[in-house]
Amino acid sequence: MRVVWDGEEVEAREGQTVAGVLTGLGVRSWRTTRGSGRPRGLFCGIGTCFDCLVKVNGVPDVRACQRVVADGDDIRPQSGAELPS
Amino acid sequence: MNRIVVVGAGPAGLAAATAAAALGVEVVLVDAAPKLGGQFFRQDALARGDRFTLPFQVEHVPNATVWAVEPVAGGHRVHLRIGAADDPSRTGRVLETRALVLATGAFDRALPFPGWDLPGVFTAGAAQAMAKGQGVAVGDRVLVGGTGPFLLPVAASLAAAGARVVAVAEANAPVSAWLSDPAGAAAGGRRIPELARYAGLLARHRVPYRRRTAVVEAHGSRQVEAVTLARLDREWAPVPGSERRVEVDAVAVGFGFTPQLELAVAARCRIEGGFVAVDAAQGTSVPGVFAAGELTGIGGAELAASEGAVAGAAAAKRLGAVVEPPLGAMARVRAGRRFAAALAAAFPVRSGWTGWLREDTVVCRCEEVDLRRLRAAVEERDVGGVRPLKLASGAGLGLCQGRVCGRNAAVLAGLGDTAFARRRIASPVRLGELAAAEPEVESADPPWSAAAERGFGQDFG
Repeated sequence: MRVVWDGEEVEAREGQTVAGVLTGLGVRSWRTTRGSGRPRGLFCGIGTCFDCLVKVNGVPDVRACQRVVADGDDIRPQSGAELPS
Repeated sequence: MNRIVVVGAGPAGLAAATAAAALGVEVVLVDAAPKLGGQFFRQDALARGDRFTLPFQVEHVPNATVWAVEPVAGGHRVHLRIGAADDPSRTGRVLETRALVLATGAFDRALPFPGWDLPGVFTAGAAQAMAKGQGVAVGDRVLVGGTGPFLLPVAASLAAAGARVVAVAEANAPVSAWLSDPAGAAAGGRRIPELARYAGLLARHRVPYRRRTAVVEAHGSRQVEAVTLARLDREWAPVPGSERRVEVDAVAVGFGFTPQLELAVAARCRIEGGFVAVDAAQGTSVPGVFAAGELTGIGGAELAASEGAVAGAAAAKRLGAVVEPPLGAMARVRAGRRFAAALAAAFPVRSGWTGWLREDTVVCRCEEVDLRRLRAAVEERDVGGVRPLKLASGAGLGLCQGRVCGRNAAVLAGLGDTAFARRRIASPVRLGELAAAEPEVESADPPWSAAAERGFGQDFG
């Protein structure tokens, strides 16, 4: 299957999480913090820390480590606190 | 419908569901992951099928978040959101049950150090989940650090996923601690050969195992480029002059585990010393609520499965099944707890870690609260408890609700380290989901058995 990461189509496999796809691509950070705009990415990997938030199909605050990708998902980095688009 | 609800499909939950089903009771097994096994038996998510099979009496509800547990007359109401993680399209389900088994497990404890908020610093559990579940290493040159036997399988998984593990830094000196309690260590059953196997694997990959050593700083601007590794004294203060810089692109750290207590707290189970208090039948202080696995004490998969088997039988008994006391599983629980105590004694978290922090080191990652702000809250606002500490400093108020920083912030503020688990909503739900029509409640069959209305009295006999 294919998903879109930050505007570019990339290959993904059944069962992969967003964090799995991005880590495989060598992407380390996909979010900035609300306060000082610091880069963040995967941290706890099991859904506890909420550091790996990402935007999926226009919906922000999705945990990349928990979200299993679906064909055609539009995945974008998240900056600070975002509202759904 | 007369059924048990089990929350968590790791070793404890699987064993509980299986044991109850073997006694002819229907079970709903709720779990956050798509596949069974939990963190310990994490399956390859990319492989087809599920390597576990469940008896037909068990309904497995995957991809489900329990966001609230509510006491109701005669039992508990369990609120679920089911579907793609954090998606507004998730559907609701509400189950009532007279016998609830909580097997929600634990997550890694991470200690803060300068630079720990840089991308490329992970928990050991994250490295393990990515390697085993997603087949990808979190970095090319990885340093594994912290304390406890869990660091060994993490290093082995990283190596198997293609990473170069630069070193395993164990903050304790476990060999001498082990030897001081041979009886406890001997109670470990299969665990000792398992650890020896990991040690052999690491030796083959030429991974050095450094005792009394820790990552005390991570360096980099946008992501980790190097770490400072230091020798520690007995209390974990860095030995001056022992620091050296090691180039890495990832660090995986774990300092033991924190139990996932929120559902037990919501069900009003008594907590003692940071864990759910249980009797010999895994019954909590609340009638109809059982707990098994890391919730009752950190002891590993084998102990969790034994506790799960006991809890499943006790829960079945509560629903009226004829149950012989599972004496074998109960004996394994006792032996497992001796081993767990020896383990906890060999791999403690020593107080010197607080000296790794600087004034500008982030303590609460969500709300970006550094040590300076936390200290100011303690000193200027005279906080004497966790709630005022949260309100005055902001630590623990973010999305993770203090799961990551809670124990650390409490220690740094001089408070007890277990008071952060009170969370009305166990897992974040979107406002739209809350506003949506409440799904119909799947009720448990009345009448309740009045004889079973006694906490801790659910022992067999």
